[in-house]
Amino acid sequence: MRFEGTENYIATEDLRIAVNAAITLERPLLIKGEPGTGKTVLAEEISKALKMPLITWHVKSTTKAQQGLYEYDAITRLRDSQLGDEKVKDIKNYIKRGKLWESFEADERPILLIDEIDKADIEFPNDLLQELDRMEFYVYETNETIKAIKRPVVIITSNNEKELPDAFLRRCFFHYISFPDTSTMEKIVDVHYPKIKSKLVSESLKVFYELRDVPGIKKKPSTSELLDWLKLLMNEDIKPEMLREKNASNLIPPLHGALLKNEQDVHLFERLAFLARRDNG
Amino acid sequence: MFVNFFHELKTAKLPVSLREYLTLLEAMDKGVPSRKVEDFYYLSRATLVKDEKNLDKFDQVFGHVFKGLESLEADQVAEIPEEWLKTLNEKFLTEEEKDKIEAMGGWEKLMDELKKRLEEQEKRHEGGSKWIGTGGTSPYGSDGYNPEGVRIGQKENKNFKAVKVWDKREFKNLDKDVEIGIRNIKVALRRLRKFARDGAADTLDLPGTIKNTADRGYLDISLVPERRNKVKVLLFFDVGGSMDPHVKLCEELFSAARTEFKNMENFYFHNCPYESVWRDNKRRHVEKINTWDILHKYSSDYKVIFIGDASMSPYEITYSGGSVEHWNDEAGAEWLQRITDIYQNVIWINPVDKKHWEFTPSTQIINQIFSNRMFPLTLEGLDHGMKELGRNK
Repeated sequence: MRFEGTENYIATEDLRIAVNAAITLERPLLIKGEPGTGKTVLAEEISKALKMPLITWHVKSTTKAQQGLYEYDAITRLRDSQLGDEKVKDIKNYIKRGKLWESFEADERPILLIDEIDKADIEFPNDLLQELDRMEFYVYETNETIKAIKRPVVIITSNNEKELPDAFLRRCFFHYISFPDTSTMEKIVDVHYPKIKSKLVSESLKVFYELRDVPGIKKKPSTSELLDWLKLLMNEDIKPEMLREKNASNLIPPLHGALLKNEQDVHLFERLAFLARRDNG
Repeated sequence: MFVNFFHELKTAKLPVSLREYLTLLEAMDKGVPSRKVEDFYYLSRATLVKDEKNLDKFDQVFGHVFKGLESLEADQVAEIPEEWLKTLNEKFLTEEEKDKIEAMGGWEKLMDELKKRLEEQEKRHEGGSKWIGTGGTSPYGSDGYNPEGVRIGQKENKNFKAVKVWDKREFKNLDKDVEIGIRNIKVALRRLRKFARDGAADTLDLPGTIKNTADRGYLDISLVPERRNKVKVLLFFDVGGSMDPHVKLCEELFSAARTEFKNMENFYFHNCPYESVWRDNKRRHVEKINTWDILHKYSSDYKVIFIGDASMSPYEITYSGGSVEHWNDEAGAEWLQRITDIYQNVIWINPVDKKHWEFTPSTQIINQIFSNRMFPLTLEGLDHGMKELGRNK
């Protein structure tokens, strides 16, 4: 079982190795990188490419590690007991399975995506150490041990908002998705918009990388923003020439709203455009 | 196997552990990478590096340890007939380039040089084999004066990577990020947070209540104390004079600290703290606070952070009357000593780049008083500083 990228997803050589290592050695793969470089999409694409079911666990600031294992619904049980329901006799009826449990008991070997693990409490990864390492956990209410039938492929993404504990990191493979270079970027664009005129692509990529290099920009536009922008450009049928002639009169690229998401960045650009006009005029 | 590599990584202060090393070996055993050295590089990177700020360090160590190791799959036999090379080159070279080669001492000399180098290479590959890696060692590939140069063995330059992947050092700018913004500072300061439930149990513990009620079968309300950030911080800022260039950075640090710590008191001083400091910089000459009062008022479990460039005349620290602004009865050093004696967790954060410290005597004096607890105002420095502050003695 080897992952080689898909027709919708360009995986660089190093990413492929990291993914394949994680699959072969059955260890979690931790993915970091700038927002919008395709961390979450990766899991979906692996699932498509290797035809494995995908189980996604979106982590929020309130998520507890226990919720991934199981939850004991005591309230329903209390109500049922007052109503005299027969179900109340068996505590199993009130154990709700979490995503981890689900993935442990899946018939096929699944992919478990733990998305944005850094959003949760600082202790969250520590609480999952044993579960991810041994791929088993204990249910106190029913006195049973849940063990993974087939160890799932675990993909974890992080946006670096919190540091992850060392003990956790040691158990993972790590890959940092660096920002794609021009040639990779052209491939990515090609995969998403095959019909787009190649001239438009190269012109827009030029504008895009120039934009990323502007000093002092707060939020650098990323791959997903570039793709959105290209979609807009195609919709509006912007000519490649329009992108090129932006030298003096309009430094701000057309439809920049898709690229610049920050008011300060737009202001910065307007100021630069103004300066350029003044210097030329 | 690769023990040397592992030790080199350790020496370079990369946080690698035995467990990760074993994982790497296991992956090699299971044949995750093919026999390409690039694959091995990617695999070892995914296994041993867990933080993007360490990627650059890793690249350097890798390049260093596996120096001279070229793409192993490039096992093209390079028995080079001189004539062949010559024609090949003449086909590719422009007139201008040929002239340049002439200027270098002519074609013969160039070939001699090439031969010599190839011989050297044969020696290095032991056993007298004729294998010559085409990737990168060819002296003429990217030397600049012979752009289409002497390409050994192959027409396609698929193995002819002038720069090896790890030598590109793509992750250079992720290393110890010099760029430091409010958000980054906040993340660093967060290390210091210590949440604890403190005080009277007066908040409804909803999950606890539900659980107890469900477990017992009757309404059982439970209360917990509110959760508070227990860390208490005293912040001393150096203002004026040589600190002016660092104002923006310090402002960012300050605003980040403000939101992170509820229990934070801040004071200002100039160059070195003496018998009085002030709270409001605009009214610094009117509203002074006696430093003794501060030492008495705030208990020793406060964590103290000084922020200043520590650049001044050494007299301002070591002599009484050394202050540039007023007459001080006791030397700054005594005050600093007093503070470090009372508070266990004290650090000094210096916005000046660490490599300049040793040239400023005053910086050294203060660092000595602080028993080396001076940290540069970089992400890494802040991180270390916060760790130091968080330490319980």
